[in-house]
Amino acid sequence: MSRYTHQNPLLIEGSVPGRRGVRTATLDVPAHSLGDMLGAENLRRELPMPELSELDVVRHYTSLSHHNYSIDSGFYPLGSCTMKYNPKVNDRIAAMPGYSRIHPLQPEETVQGALQIMYELQAMLAEIAGMATATLQPAAGAHAELLSLMMIQAYYRHRGEEGREVVLIPDSAHGTNPASAARCGFTVQTIKTGSNGNIDLSGLKAALSTQTAALMLTNPSTLGLFETRIAEICELAHQRGALVYCDGANMNALLGIARPGDMGFDVMHFNLHKTFSTPHGGGGPGGGVIAVQRCLEPFLPVPVIIHKDGRHYSLEEDRPHTIGRIHSFYGAFLVAVRAYAYIAGLGADGLREVAENAVLNANYIRAKIAESFPAAFPQTCMHEVVVSAGGLRRHGVKALDVSKRLIDYGFHPPTNYFPLTVPEALMIEPTETESKQTLDTFCEALIQISREAEDDPELLRTAPHHTPVSRLNETAAVKKLDVRWSTGG
Amino acid sequence: MLIPDDRKYSVTHEWAKVEGDKVRVGISDHAQEELGDVVYLDLPEVGRILSKGDVFGAVESVKAVSDLYAPVSGEVVETNTDILNHTERVNESAYDEGWIILIRMSDPSELDGLLDADAYRQIVEEASH
Repeated sequence: MSRYTHQNPLLIEGSVPGRRGVRTATLDVPAHSLGDMLGAENLRRELPMPELSELDVVRHYTSLSHHNYSIDSGFYPLGSCTMKYNPKVNDRIAAMPGYSRIHPLQPEETVQGALQIMYELQAMLAEIAGMATATLQPAAGAHAELLSLMMIQAYYRHRGEEGREVVLIPDSAHGTNPASAARCGFTVQTIKTGSNGNIDLSGLKAALSTQTAALMLTNPSTLGLFETRIAEICELAHQRGALVYCDGANMNALLGIARPGDMGFDVMHFNLHKTFSTPHGGGGPGGGVIAVQRCLEPFLPVPVIIHKDGRHYSLEEDRPHTIGRIHSFYGAFLVAVRAYAYIAGLGADGLREVAENAVLNANYIRAKIAESFPAAFPQTCMHEVVVSAGGLRRHGVKALDVSKRLIDYGFHPPTNYFPLTVPEALMIEPTETESKQTLDTFCEALIQISREAEDDPELLRTAPHHTPVSRLNETAAVKKLDVRWSTGG
Repeated sequence: MLIPDDRKYSVTHEWAKVEGDKVRVGISDHAQEELGDVVYLDLPEVGRILSKGDVFGAVESVKAVSDLYAPVSGEVVETNTDILNHTERVNESAYDEGWIILIRMSDPSELDGLLDADAYRQIVEEASH
């Protein structure tokens, strides 16, 4: 492999022998030979490291950063991911030395403030969930799913209930749900979505048995629809002795309006990097939080933050029924600080407004593009809308082509081909942080693209046209991924 | 879209072509088109006994992983291991080189429950609108 774009040669390709980025100080101590210290057999004559000036390196990485796309550079309607703006004030707070310059091995009495923040954030999230308590430790959503299922397993073991080996999951669920259940040793059974986009209750009733350990539900579902009969669904599961898990990926629709605990859920996870505006992915780390009802509290991972005598905060390890340690120290503290700042900054009324505007924005898009891209289900949606590009098939254009063409208009594509139950799905989640003007520009781009599909379908099939590289070979990326540079290639 | 009339189809988009007492099975042209480029296949062991409707494997594309369902009951007598290293054959030659398994039927009357080319075409066209 040589250059991956013409603009950006690899560092090694710009290397000039002898060029240096730093000049070391004159040696003022006795010199020792490396061979003596390390052993001559451990020394290499040839070490193909790039030799560059500081400016070469700065320009290389600055140029690469210009190819990056982020929420700070443009609209990012990636459904199910809640790519909302991350307020800079939260980063600023997290960077304060009282938070950023402490160490988890410091004595407890010197980090009381940090422990207090974590303790209070737990309580705030438990309240938002409508549950008894919470743990901030999981690294992200899928981690939280796995740990919740481990707690459910521990719960049945503790009760001496054997044979609860099945986890029920709707066909519209995030792929992580069945993956987490299978990883935990459960058998996964799929529940079908009914014609109205909600769970098919008769199918659920038929599937529930004394072997059911849990039902995993996302509410609102990945179709962007609220499970209107959720109380009845939870009741049915409880009658069979099963627990109900809420995948809280879509909590942005419910903040301050409805609480999973009140609906009957026993355990849920939040994604701090979605709902509570902490950075996503590479800008993270992510933050998963699990909230539980009383029945699962004994099984929470250790350490647990406690508030002794209402004065002293400390980390408790001695929990006989715990599933154990699941993260180094106590999770990602500075992510917790950002989420705390976000919640405290908005307050209860502000959080409710977040959800209201997220839902309003999604419905605005749904209505505005309905002629070009009809919603998969006609009812009012929640914080995201799943539309179908199936109407463009007669021009030989697919949802993928629409997504790629959106890049030319300066937008990050929405999630496509998910949920799998909707043909040619485009899943659009605008979040509450976008203005009406941005939403209008985006909708106009989509409508324009649907016209292009009719007039010049090839333009879509070969998009994007304005990026350093156009379509990547996804098949080769899966089957023959090779990210290593070598001189021979 | 190709739907040859020399074989039968299932609603889950497998084709089944009778060869004596055996049935060769693959996925339809429509199915491969929907999936996009296939990158991985999970094949059953030869000798496995399948009941009609059993999941006998999975096909993974750049978009999704989908289960494969047995169109008839019987014993798996051969699998197309060539496609493991040439998954593109499932896309490029869905009805021929991209075949997946060969089943020795235990109940040939089950073939009557499958769709003929016209009925399958109707299902595919309805789903596209």
